[in-house]
Amino acid sequence: MSTVLQNLVNQPYQHGFVSDIESDVAPIGLSEDTIRLISAKKSEPEWLLEFRLKAYRQWLAMEEPNWPNVKYPKIDFQSISYYSAPKPRNTLASMDEVDPELLRTFEKLGVPMNERAKLAGVAVDVIFDSVSVATTYKAKLAEVGIIFCSISEAVHNHPALVRQYMGSVVPVGDNYYAALNSAVFTDGSFCFIPKGVKCPMDLSTYFRINTENSGQFERTLIVAEEGASVSYLEGCTAPKFDTNQLHAAVVELVALDDADIKYSTVQNWYAGDENGKGGIYNFVTKRGLCKGVNSRISWTQVETGSAITWKYPSCVLRGDGSVGEFYSVALTNHHQQADTGTKMIHIGRNTRSTIVSKGISAGQSNNSYRGLVRIAPTAAGARNHSQCDSMLIGDRCGANTFPYIQVNNPGAQVEHEASTSKIGEDQLFYFAQRGIGAEEAVSMIINGFCKDVFQQLPMEFAVEATKLLGLKLEGSVG
Amino acid sequence: MIFEDSNTLLEARGLRATVAGIEILKGIDLVVKSGEVHAIMGPNGSGKSTFAKMLAGHPAYQVTGGEVLFEGKNLLELAPEARARAGVFLGFQYPVEIPGVANSQFLRLAYNTLQSERGRDELDPLEFDDFVREKMKLLEMNPDFLDRSVNEGFSGGEKKRNEILQMALLTPKLAILDETDSGLDIDALRVVAGGVNRLSGKDNAIVLVTHYQRLLNYIEPDYVHVMEGGRLIKTGGKDLALELEARGYDWVSEEAGVAPAANGAAAAQAANATKAAKVKAARVAKGGASA
Repeated sequence: MSTVLQNLVNQPYQHGFVSDIESDVAPIGLSEDTIRLISAKKSEPEWLLEFRLKAYRQWLAMEEPNWPNVKYPKIDFQSISYYSAPKPRNTLASMDEVDPELLRTFEKLGVPMNERAKLAGVAVDVIFDSVSVATTYKAKLAEVGIIFCSISEAVHNHPALVRQYMGSVVPVGDNYYAALNSAVFTDGSFCFIPKGVKCPMDLSTYFRINTENSGQFERTLIVAEEGASVSYLEGCTAPKFDTNQLHAAVVELVALDDADIKYSTVQNWYAGDENGKGGIYNFVTKRGLCKGVNSRISWTQVETGSAITWKYPSCVLRGDGSVGEFYSVALTNHHQQADTGTKMIHIGRNTRSTIVSKGISAGQSNNSYRGLVRIAPTAAGARNHSQCDSMLIGDRCGANTFPYIQVNNPGAQVEHEASTSKIGEDQLFYFAQRGIGAEEAVSMIINGFCKDVFQQLPMEFAVEATKLLGLKLEGSVG
Repeated sequence: MIFEDSNTLLEARGLRATVAGIEILKGIDLVVKSGEVHAIMGPNGSGKSTFAKMLAGHPAYQVTGGEVLFEGKNLLELAPEARARAGVFLGFQYPVEIPGVANSQFLRLAYNTLQSERGRDELDPLEFDDFVREKMKLLEMNPDFLDRSVNEGFSGGEKKRNEILQMALLTPKLAILDETDSGLDIDALRVVAGGVNRLSGKDNAIVLVTHYQRLLNYIEPDYVHVMEGGRLIKTGGKDLALELEARGYDWVSEEAGVAPAANGAAAAQAANATKAAKVKAARVAKGGASA
């Protein structure tokens, strides 16, 4: 690979600082006692403890899956701390009471809070290590009946809703990491949009892992009742540590009749250094249930961080006429690995799904798209269109596509398109010959490549995503 | 039209270059002045395209000797984009496809980069659209080209028109057109050549790299050079092209004492009518080794 390309892909991570905040960390290791400790610390009701223990017992009986196209040393689940919370943990009445060091952290991250949040018109819930530290705009949202709070608060203030929906999309024993999350999750966001309400602003959660040796196991639950709609944004960063940290989240979305949920992620967890040391293992289960007729769930993700990204934001299209969408940009560099894609499970009649996946590999990274389109016998008139494009930067990286298509209804229409391209020296030379430098050229090519996905992002997020891809790929051109 | 010495735009002296360790250029001497049109002809593999790409700074080529001055400054120490901004334009033999990048976006970025380099106003997308459409009319190009990805799915002729469109937008001081005529039918050739002629003037120069005399019926050169074995072995006027068309290249090689279609054996500098610098004897001695 040319030095120009090499320099382009060697940009240091910008969010690698550690905030000096005192943390309340649970002893390392996992047992029923740990789970009881977490539950007790959070003063949880008995049913939730039972939920956790049931998940834990199932997890004990499960095998760690080894089918993804990623390589990593075996995780020692007894060496992780399953609970880390910034101290003090008294309930915060306003943002003024938030630890100023924490606020500075978010300032560094560019997270809009307080006045900045109001200007940006985005309500934010911030999950720091495992605990939700602040939710902005709560009162304004409450006026229209929207509940947006941490999942811990929801457990106490809206137990019936949480109990009804939590685990209804991703059951406790769904998979190894979902079971682990169900056992030990510490916090997350809860969002409920009542019947007929269009959420007046974008809702946003920022996740940050700050403590070394702590896992982050948050849970997000979003419910949109009949005719409701919401656009939800998720951002993630983490400090640089030499050790790997596990992030095993669960996100569940439920859309009732005619409801519309749009879930956008810009993931910039620490990816490890250029030799592949450190970084986050991002093993996340995200699934949406289009429960009602004509409901719609749309996932948009821009995955740039993590040492390993292993996740498949999925849609279960149960309601007749429901729509599932997945738009993804996954960028890997250095020694990063990604095995990501989606599952579209068509159950209802005339259900439709769209998959647009763009994988960009640079350095010595490996980037796989893996996707399942399943048309159940009941899904008459179902339609799917998948488009999976890979782009290679340099000649030491890899891209793979693993499409799984299962069609059990003869009336279904399923299309799959795939392409692979490469940013080559000749393309960069062509730009250069017209006076355009390598950084601008790569950014133009990448943005062109990702256009179909970026168009799906809310505007500020699209700008952030464009900048982020730029940062990840640009550098001092030599 | 020939102008006096002070208008020397490009001067190559004893230029040698290798690609992947193999010597392709073995001492090129060439002087190009403002207002001139030069044609470099020669058989396949003689080094014509290498010379063109090397002047533009293609990273695959290593300069191993000699020098190139552009407006009196050392061209070889400039990065490819700096050469472009200084006014060197290469019309590619095989323009690359750039999927996902709209032609209009690419053309405007290239145009504005040069405008800003020259201290002139940049154009916003609307102004640029008007501007580029005018230029496209001259090349009989369909405005649809603006919305398509750069060169993607273009036919050979469309790609070449797109190259000349870029030349029209960027108004280079030196345009090196590498086999711009290949892959063109007669109508396209006429249009493309017409475009080039319109852009040719007393303040700029054009170097045409071509296999065939055909193009020179439309664009009349002041000088015709024959390249063989990595050297310019003969220089003449436009009549030389006609003679080459009629007689082939072998006689030139023989006349110059170079083994035809091989990496030449002896010095050919005598045939070069440009003000060549003295060529070192060492280079001459080395010539036939790889034949």
